[in-house]
Amino acid sequence: MFHIYCPYCEELREEEEFHPKGQAHIERPKDPEACSDEEWGDYLFFRDNPRGIHHELWVHAVGCRKFFNITRNTVTYDILETYKMGEQPRVTAESLASQQTQGNVQVASGGQQTVGASSAAAEAIKGEQA
Amino acid sequence: MQRYSGFGLAKHALSHHENWERQWRNPTPKKQYDVIIVGGGGHGLATAYYLAKEHGIRNVAVVEKGWLGGGNTARNTTIVRSNYLWDEAAALYEHAMKLWEGLSQDLNYNVMFSQRGVMNLGHTLQDMRDIQRRVNANRLNGIDSEVLTPEQIQQIVPIMDCSKNARYPILGASWQPRAGVARHDAVAWGFARAADALGVDLLQNTEVTGFKIRDGRVFGVHTNRGDIEAKTVGCVAAGNSGVLAKMAGFRLPLESHPLQALVSEPLKPVLDTVVMSNHVHGYISQTDKGDLVIGAGIDGYNGYGQRGSYPTVEHTLQAIVEMFPIFSRVRMNRQWGGIVDTCPDACPILSKTPVKGLFFNCGWGTGGFKATPGSGHVFAWTLAKGQAHPLAAPFSIDRFHSGALVDEHGAAGVAH
Ligand SMILES: Cc1cc2nc3c(=O)[nH]c(=O)nc-3n(C[C@H](O)[C@H](O)[C@H](O)COP(=O)(O)OP(=O)(O)OC[C@H]3O[C@@H](n4cnc5c(N)ncnc54)[C@H](O)[C@@H]3O)c2cc1C
Ligand SMILES: [Zn+2]
Repeated sequence: MFHIYCPYCEELREEEEFHPKGQAHIERPKDPEACSDEEWGDYLFFRDNPRGIHHELWVHAVGCRKFFNITRNTVTYDILETYKMGEQPRVTAESLASQQTQGNVQVASGGQQTVGASSAAAEAIKGEQA
Repeated sequence: MQRYSGFGLAKHALSHHENWERQWRNPTPKKQYDVIIVGGGGHGLATAYYLAKEHGIRNVAVVEKGWLGGGNTARNTTIVRSNYLWDEAAALYEHAMKLWEGLSQDLNYNVMFSQRGVMNLGHTLQDMRDIQRRVNANRLNGIDSEVLTPEQIQQIVPIMDCSKNARYPILGASWQPRAGVARHDAVAWGFARAADALGVDLLQNTEVTGFKIRDGRVFGVHTNRGDIEAKTVGCVAAGNSGVLAKMAGFRLPLESHPLQALVSEPLKPVLDTVVMSNHVHGYISQTDKGDLVIGAGIDGYNGYGQRGSYPTVEHTLQAIVEMFPIFSRVRMNRQWGGIVDTCPDACPILSKTPVKGLFFNCGWGTGGFKATPGSGHVFAWTLAKGQAHPLAAPFSIDRFHSGALVDEHGAAGVAH
């Protein structure tokens, strides 16, 4: 079970209040009529589907009903940050790779898993996100 | 290969079953093969088997990062049926169904294919309209398919709550008598043993870490055990297909999701068919050993973790107990997850790719076990001839640019 920090409600809430909506930051082509079949099909159907760091769209369906973004590891399922619509992620696969080489893997957290997660992480994010 | 038979069983009993031959060899990788199959699940092993058997291509390696069948093949709820809505899908799954019907004999391996019938329940008027439409479409395609009334359902499954006051009222069901279940491990092992006997090298604990590509053409793979060359490479890696595509430099229209299942403690025989409800996302059957096998829906988020979330299990069990109050005190033994590669139209991809010589067979998502022999059969043809088998042709990646999707979502009650 995820505990997800909604950046609008500014609270950790349980997974069941939320719905995942797939890859984040996909921009609808500005002029769809001008798209080739290739471009339009790519926009509709093709996804990054990475094994590792993933930026994804979620909606706080039975809470504030707002959409927001999560950066999550698709292997460990760790939630690394949550951020509002229109914002850019602070944690990316690239930033993590460079931090790792510097021996520093501390990242902002946007929530936790109840299994095997530290409650300190949940406390830490309040300051981080504010 | 030592043939299995009743006589052999009796003979080996005399030596306390200690002298059985190993089922397959454990070869060291050669430098070069005619064809490399990436992924030793049921589909990959079936592909290798039919390549050797039907096309005489025996210099083949199956490269598997873990153990044979350790992916979704050994994690699924083993439902086999062919009552899909659209002609293209129905033809492909019915092709598989016909192969299932002779598979144990063909492989000389008991895959325990049991045609005990599969029921897809309808709980709403819209469910029933969809079911009627699908059953009619099936019959036009020569697939056995019927609509059952609640009274008929109650006769087949006396323990189900078909009363008017049920939480999920049962208005009817589609019924395919030839559908059923098979033993998933045996399917992987049967294909593996038969392929090995024809000369196929099964390379376990060998992970593909990249492709050797020159001038847009594949000529081999990098693995943790060194490079292996081949001019034709077929990837059959289910949930990890997107990862392999990325290594080869393109994207697929797939998302990888956890899908989970669970089994109960063994019970006396109480359910002799398969009951599925797409509406409440639960399906159930009972194994020969007596365990109830229960499958859930996918987790909505992308994941590669081979485990699922608790809320999903809870919803599924709640629905199962509403439908089968008799199971309310059954204890669950084990729960696990597999990673399924879902496609936007809930149909597979059997296709060439932007890289010449590199083919993908993936996107089977939550329901590919039933297709195992058919998928391997048409994919082997595709690899051998370098062009899509007629049954595979509608399932090329191009459909996501041309718009010719085969939309089985919901329509076929595609849970499994
Ligand atoms: C819980 C659950 C229930 C299901 N229920 C049903 C059902 O009732 N009926 C049904 O029809 N279908 C069902 N399915 C779906 C079905 O299991 C799959 O569609 C099918 O088994 C896929 O077979 P496969 O051989 O393609 O994949 P897999 O068996 O997953 O094999 C792929 C293999 O590729 C290997 N691999 C991946 N990456 C690499 C690499 N880089 N190098 C080497 N090897 C690699 C993996 O280790 C794996 O063994 C279910 C799935 C799950 C998870
Ligand atoms: Zn909120």
